[in-house]
Amino acid sequence: MTFINYASREINCKIVYYGPGLCGKTTNLQFIYEKTNPNSKGKLISLATETDRTLFFDFLPLELGNVRGFKTRFHLYTVPGQVFYDASRKLILKGVDGVIFVADSQRERMDANVESLRNLEQNLKAQGYDIRSIPYVLQLNKRDLPSAVPVDEMKAKLAIDNEPVLEAIAASEEGMGVFDTLKAVAKLVLQDLTKSA
Amino acid sequence: MATTDVVMYDEEFNQIKTILSKLRADANAKLVFLVDKNGQQIAAHGNIDNLDTTSLASLTAGNVAATDALAKLIGEKEFSVLFHEGERDNIHISIVGLRVILVVIFDERSSLGLVRLRVKKASQDLNGVFESIMQKVEAEKAHSGGSFESPFAEITDEDIDSLFSE
Repeated sequence: MTFINYASREINCKIVYYGPGLCGKTTNLQFIYEKTNPNSKGKLISLATETDRTLFFDFLPLELGNVRGFKTRFHLYTVPGQVFYDASRKLILKGVDGVIFVADSQRERMDANVESLRNLEQNLKAQGYDIRSIPYVLQLNKRDLPSAVPVDEMKAKLAIDNEPVLEAIAASEEGMGVFDTLKAVAKLVLQDLTKSA
Repeated sequence: MATTDVVMYDEEFNQIKTILSKLRADANAKLVFLVDKNGQQIAAHGNIDNLDTTSLASLTAGNVAATDALAKLIGEKEFSVLFHEGERDNIHISIVGLRVILVVIFDERSSLGLVRLRVKKASQDLNGVFESIMQKVEAEKAHSGGSFESPFAEITDEDIDSLFSE
C-alpha cells in the first residue's frame, strides 16, 4: 500500500526482506546503511535479541531522490527468520509494496529456504497478496561459501515465476549484489505504481 | 493489490494539520503525530526538531500491530488505546477509524484524563477527513474508468536508474 502525499509531494514505499533464519537479511540492510550517503538515510533500527538475532524487525528509511517531482522514500524492513516468530512476520508484511526473498545458498539450508518461501506465500496470501503479482525479487546470498548450490539448481527449487534472480555476498567488503537487489525491487515497485489501483 | 493506496491531497492535508494543531493546544501536549498503520508518517505538529520522526512512526506502527495481534489472541477486537508512562514524558496512542494511528506525547503540564478527552474529539474530526479522502479516491477511480491516474504513469527506466546514480 503505497502512500502518495500530494500535499508534500512525497511517495513512500515499503520493502520487506524475507527468508530463513541467518540467511543475511539484516546483513543486507546493514550494508545499505553503511554505504548510503548520511543525508539520504535515517537511523537503522534493530529490534534484536542479546545474541543479535532479529526479534521483531529491522528498519531502515532511505530517501532516494526525485521521480517526476515526487520525493521517493523507501522503508526497508526485515522479518525475524526463525520459524517460531511467525506471528511477527505476518505483522511486518502488512501494507508491503515489494518483497525480497533472501535465500541461503548453502546446501544444508535448502530445506529451510523452501520452508520459508512457502511460509512467505501463505502469509502474503493471508494479507490478500499473490506472490506472483506483487513486486518480488529472489536473492541468492552467500555465493562465496564452499557448499553453495549451483544457481540453476537453486532457481529450479525456489524461483516462482519470472522474477529477477540476483546473486549476492551481503557480508563481503563490496556487498556484492546488495544494491542490485534493492534496485531490482525498487524498479518493480515504481513500475507497479504506473498500473496502480 | 489488496488495499487501495493512500492518497493525500492538499485540502485534506491542511484539515488534518489544523486538527492536530488544535489537539496539541487543547491537550497541552508536546507533540501530536499521525501515522498510517503501515508506519508511514502522515503529519506531525509540535516540537519535532530533535526527534527521529521516521523511526517514531515505524516503531509506533510495529507496536500497534503487535498489540492488535495480542488482542486477537485473547479474543478482543482491538485495544484501541495504548498508553506508555515515562518518568518525564508519556505517550498516548490511539487508533482512528481503524485506519490511522494518533500519537500524543505529553509531560506533567498535561494529564492522561485531559489527553483522552481531547483525543476523543480530534478522532471524530480526523475520521471525517479520512472518509472524505476515501470518497475522493473512489470517485476519481470511477471517473477514470477504474484506474486511478498515477503521477508515475509515464515513469521510465531512466527515471528509476537516476535514483540510484550516486
